[in-house]
Amino acid sequence: MNLTKIRKDVAVVGAGMTIFARRLQETGKEMSWEAAKMALDQAGLTLKDIDAVIVGSAPDAFDGVHKKGDWLLDGAGGTNKPFMRVFTGGGTAVFAPIAGWWHVASGMFKRVLVVCEEKMSSVQPHAQSAFAHIWDPILDRPIKPNLVWIFAMEMQRYMHKYNVRYEDIALVAVKNKRNAVGHPCAQLADPNITLEDVINSEPMALPVRRLNISPPSDGAAAVVLVSEDVAYEHTDSPVWIDGVGWCIDTTMWTNRDLAFPKFVARAAKMAYEMAGIKNPRKEIDFAEPYDPFDYKELQHLEGLLLADPGEAAIMTREGKTQRDGEFPVCPSGGLLGVGNPISAALGIKIGELYWQLSGQAGPRQVKKEVRTGVTQAWGDLMQFSSVIVMRRR
Amino acid sequence: MLEKIGKATEARHWLGDMEADHYYYSAGIAGEKFFVALRDEGKIVGAHCTACNLTYVPPRIYCERCFAELGGKSLTDVGKRGCVAAFTIAHYDKSGNRLEPPESFALIGLGPRTTPLLHKLGEIEPERICVGLEVEAVFKPKKDREGKITDILYFRPA
Amino acid sequence: MARDQKSEASPLRAQARRGRGFALEGSSPKGQKRAFGPPLNPPGRRLEAEELEQIPHVRAKTPAKYAWAAGTAMSRFLDELKNGKIIGRKCATCDRVLVPPRMFCERCFKPTTEWVYLPGTAVVETFSISYIDTNANRIKEPILVGTVAFDGAPPHCGIMHYFGEVEPEKLKIGMPVEPVWKPKEERVGSVLDIRYFRPQKKT
Repeated sequence: MNLTKIRKDVAVVGAGMTIFARRLQETGKEMSWEAAKMALDQAGLTLKDIDAVIVGSAPDAFDGVHKKGDWLLDGAGGTNKPFMRVFTGGGTAVFAPIAGWWHVASGMFKRVLVVCEEKMSSVQPHAQSAFAHIWDPILDRPIKPNLVWIFAMEMQRYMHKYNVRYEDIALVAVKNKRNAVGHPCAQLADPNITLEDVINSEPMALPVRRLNISPPSDGAAAVVLVSEDVAYEHTDSPVWIDGVGWCIDTTMWTNRDLAFPKFVARAAKMAYEMAGIKNPRKEIDFAEPYDPFDYKELQHLEGLLLADPGEAAIMTREGKTQRDGEFPVCPSGGLLGVGNPISAALGIKIGELYWQLSGQAGPRQVKKEVRTGVTQAWGDLMQFSSVIVMRRR
Repeated sequence: MLEKIGKATEARHWLGDMEADHYYYSAGIAGEKFFVALRDEGKIVGAHCTACNLTYVPPRIYCERCFAELGGKSLTDVGKRGCVAAFTIAHYDKSGNRLEPPESFALIGLGPRTTPLLHKLGEIEPERICVGLEVEAVFKPKKDREGKITDILYFRPA
Repeated sequence: MARDQKSEASPLRAQARRGRGFALEGSSPKGQKRAFGPPLNPPGRRLEAEELEQIPHVRAKTPAKYAWAAGTAMSRFLDELKNGKIIGRKCATCDRVLVPPRMFCERCFKPTTEWVYLPGTAVVETFSISYIDTNANRIKEPILVGTVAFDGAPPHCGIMHYFGEVEPEKLKIGMPVEPVWKPKEERVGSVLDIRYFRPQKKT
């Protein structure tokens, strides 16, 4: 791998997103357009300025439309342009902008629009039925699994191996649902939620309870990526994508130790090397790791090498990961608070890093001065991770 | 490298289906305008983009070419008459069953610089169908309309 | 470097930040005024459950049926389950016994070379006590489910299955378990030929 000689630096100059909700009336195309238009408006661009379009979207089985990429195309602004769809399950939220990044970093394109969309409310009776198809049809499906099971099993293994307390994990849900109060798109913001609320919430697949889980959502988000050649034509404060990484582990998920996500660490090392980061704990100021379940935030912080295994829970208990803490984590409110329209988490991962690093996050702005942030998403069958390091220079 | 399977019966299968019971597709913001006009007023509406001089039928909330917002003011009644832009005569249905008599489907342009609408043709012999044929929409009786594309029964020669 | 190209007079910049999403004040989803950062006034028309039938929509089924081929390795695995045996496949390069078996080792990327019977006993790798079924319906009696790591296989290597003959609170990671087979005449060559795994009986 050559992680140092990239042709062009790539900056984020605009971001947009719809509200996240259990159901939106908009079609997927309409949602895509709304988010894309907002991102273009912020960048001061029109569609004709855009050289290429990337769409990120998770399984076609949610929307119930085959080849969702080209179905979304016109709403995403891809008509008559170089266009591609990328899909890495939940990891799409951070992988679609990586695809956008290489379109620009290669020197091929100056301005690229990245649009992510998810409409999970289409599938009836519940998004669960679409998730059933991610399992091995011969080994796993006869057992009639529910998607929550794999999270429950992974969480159990994580707690067991690193001696992590359920109460410390539940604090992540409290923090993120409270943080989301400052987010206008939030689906499950709750300023008054307490640790007891989470601990006493309905048991789903123990150790997972209802409030440990992010809700399925409809939503779309978009970012505009530009080359260093034109970045300052658009803004005084571009935020640079300085490192990207991604990695996938074996699909034979019953053959791995689920306690530590090695593939996250590999993706992170790749991104850190590209960004010239030697000591991530000192050089990175805040993080937006993927938090579909509360324990995932902790496990991902450890995978991102920002904490030792088991230590992220202690950081959380000590308040270090609060928005005004010494290492803010998920200041957006995350998937737990804002919602989880799989790929459209782009808006609260890359979008949030952009708004935080350009000082635009308003009441969500973290207290300390931030120059470098990392974000990450995770997906497929608990095996894939994408990582992006962003900086203000 | 791989072991050969001698008999076909030795090849194991696992049977199953896509477990989703069904899908709920909302017609969307522009779709609501289109289908409500169809159902309540028996009208076909489109959305006109002045910058591109193009009318989308059914309407959209954006122009896919210039990305302009096509709000309520851009909605326009495109009438019930149009021209066949392209057609096909289907002798089999989507499951491969013979259609007797055959059914005709067409893309129908409801005006100049208007995106064509896909629908069925009716009250016409298949051999008389041609590109450029003038047609008009035949609606279901108002009480039977439910805000779906099938509220138009078919298009027939005008 | 790009910073030198900074230009205040760029017409593109004049257009910036005019669009939706950058007003000074946002309204929360519930309508009360609240201070937010961007994205302000985000678009999106939230639908309540009772509106579903009122707005124009279509409901449609997707009646696709599938037959998934089990393949070479899994066919043998299923056949051996019918015999009441767990079988793995050995990679001569890394010396691992892969269970479930594969005809190739994904680490070494070489063909696996040998069938190996395993004793069938295992330890609990992880588990969950589930109060929801596959369709997220609530259930009273929890399903005990988890993954097991087979004895004779590398660490963490096994399958997902149910647990039985154990109180939920007694189920622990690392607990030795054994398969409980269906009677031979009821076995069809499926992972369900094993009813569940139960704690090993002390002998």
